[in-house]
Amino acid sequence: MQRLLRGVRSIHLAHLLRTGVHLDACEMRDKLKFEFSEDNRRRVTALLAWYPEPEWKGALLPLLDIAQRQQGWLSISAVHVVAETIKIDPMEAFEAAQFYTMFFMKPRGKYVVSVCTSTPCKLRGGDEIFEACKKTLNLEHGQTTPDMQFTLKEDYCMGACVNAPVLAINDDMYEDLDEKSLGDILADLRCDKLPPAGPRNGRFASEPKGGPTTLKSHPPPPGFMMQELPDPKTNKCQ
Amino acid sequence: MFRKLLPNNLRSLGEQQLRLVQTVSKEAEKQPKKSKKLDPPKGYKPNCKTKFGPLDDCDRIFQNLYGRHDWRLQGACERGDWHRTGDLLEQGPEWIMEQVSKSGLRGRGGAGFYAGRKWDFLRKAKSEKVPKVVIVNCAEGEPGTCKDREILRHEPHKLIEGMLLVGVAMGCGRAIVYVRNRFYNEACNLHFALEEAYHHGLVGESACGSGIKFDVMVQRGDRYLCGEETAMINCLMGKLGRPRRRPPYLTEKGYFGHPCLVINAESIAVVPSILRRGSEWWAGLGSSYNTGTKLYCLSGQVNNPCTVEEEMSIPLKDLIERHAGGVKGGWDNLAAVFPGGLSTPLLDPPTAAEVLMDFDCLVAAGSGLGCGAVIVMSKDSDPLAVMLRSIQFFEKHTCKQCTYCRDGAIWLPEIFARFVKGQTHPHEIDWTLAIADKIRNSKPICGLAYSQVSVAESLVRLFGPQIEERILKYAKGS
Repeated sequence: MQRLLRGVRSIHLAHLLRTGVHLDACEMRDKLKFEFSEDNRRRVTALLAWYPEPEWKGALLPLLDIAQRQQGWLSISAVHVVAETIKIDPMEAFEAAQFYTMFFMKPRGKYVVSVCTSTPCKLRGGDEIFEACKKTLNLEHGQTTPDMQFTLKEDYCMGACVNAPVLAINDDMYEDLDEKSLGDILADLRCDKLPPAGPRNGRFASEPKGGPTTLKSHPPPPGFMMQELPDPKTNKCQ
Repeated sequence: MFRKLLPNNLRSLGEQQLRLVQTVSKEAEKQPKKSKKLDPPKGYKPNCKTKFGPLDDCDRIFQNLYGRHDWRLQGACERGDWHRTGDLLEQGPEWIMEQVSKSGLRGRGGAGFYAGRKWDFLRKAKSEKVPKVVIVNCAEGEPGTCKDREILRHEPHKLIEGMLLVGVAMGCGRAIVYVRNRFYNEACNLHFALEEAYHHGLVGESACGSGIKFDVMVQRGDRYLCGEETAMINCLMGKLGRPRRRPPYLTEKGYFGHPCLVINAESIAVVPSILRRGSEWWAGLGSSYNTGTKLYCLSGQVNNPCTVEEEMSIPLKDLIERHAGGVKGGWDNLAAVFPGGLSTPLLDPPTAAEVLMDFDCLVAAGSGLGCGAVIVMSKDSDPLAVMLRSIQFFEKHTCKQCTYCRDGAIWLPEIFARFVKGQTHPHEIDWTLAIADKIRNSKPICGLAYSQVSVAESLVRLFGPQIEERILKYAKGS
């Protein structure tokens, strides 16, 4: 019987280790204590002022985001602190934190490299960019380098399809990539130098590459084509 | 003993299954396509334009689309934002709603409901105790679309002014903007613009000096499915972002019990210009019942992918050739087009050469306008691999509440992967149609299931012969 129980527990533990979700044991919670810093405490109070008190639950995602930016990732203790601040059940906060892909429940690298591999980016060579990233960083999807500098992720549609293929490092987006500019970006990041964000093939935003085909003239002045407004006191609307 | 029980004319099990599947797919074809004709709001008069071509620059609303001018308050005011907004507010909510109804504005988020009719629901909702809320949808998760990103980072003041006018028209005192987490820098632009607006008294305690209290809040969230309205409400309330069923409608009981309405960012950002230039100007652009201008995002295998603002109902071929430099390799190199993002059925080259980019024409051609994101596939790419990637998108983003959607998200990528290799049987083409039919006739909570169906059916309709070719090639061992 004992051997059976031990066997069951080892299967359970092996499963946990495989999926990477480490449930905080009671001892670890004290070692990994989390507290909002001074600045963040001010931010939290300012944020909660926007929500009426019965609706504080709506501030869950923004507060988790502030906690994540302070710590780099979200530990269980951080989730508990956030749940205490807005007075909800910690299990609900943990559920939400695990559901959304913007929260990292494990320690992650300093630069999270997300490559978009959705249909518009694939049509313009997103797959080759992902393969090049994998080869240069020597990582698979979801893994972190041993020196905790890079984490590689494969993301789905980052909302910049016109500037495909797209790469995102933390919050900045690098667009219009090819192999050479990708190599430059990763080389810069290895030396901790942040390269300038945005399109890398010479264009500024989302205008056509050869120059804009629209909006070539100066914008019209205010009041252009303004209609005659009826006098609100005399003209009652039907 | 069992052999005697079997009837003599019973064929093998495989053939039985094939016959079942074939009957299902044939019956699906016989059902007439149900199309509800939406009634326009009262006061709208259709026009009789037949030629829709390039717009004049002065007819365009988003003058700073490419970020060449200053996006802050000073630059925005030079381009005409916040001009006489106080006078517009003085006209009253009924005047604003009347102007929007007469212009025939249709929702830019994908569904294409008449804004006059949809916004009327919230206006008529009674709310003495609980104030109403306007929720602005900048989620933009659909592959292919990136128009709201330009509005957020280059024209935030149009959005803020639009929120104020629309909120006042519906009787709301509060607006919440939902921005996707990936747009952190764009949300920063919006925050800055909001601070400027508060500082100058344009929103806040007494918006534009009219005595109306209006507050705006920005919140970020994640996941493609949070672009769907009920899932977005759940996300904003701090719960899991999954859609919920629709009697309690959002106009009765939405965000924390407040009556609310979810409107796309582009629909709101064009409202100030409609009110200033008049509804006749807007109704004069585009064809009847599909009025105004639209932001189109041209991506995929074109020479110069870009975002443009063009007139509604412009021919698709004209749009691609004029602004995106044409398909890579010439128009004859075109294999298929997604006219409205990944969730709309594909168009084949003969249809694409003639179709106009508006709601009614595309629905008549078997597709839909969606959010105006044109994804172009040329013959240089492997169509089966591209469709596999498209269906894998839905596999990652289903919320797994509805059985049919969840199972379809498991089966369809497996079947498509086998199509890519050719390591399959021609029955599976019929099975794809049967699965798609089952998903369509179940009653899913949200529209992700219908998107899977349209991708699956597009594959079979357009690339069926190529799948069979590949099966033969694999079977021959080459």
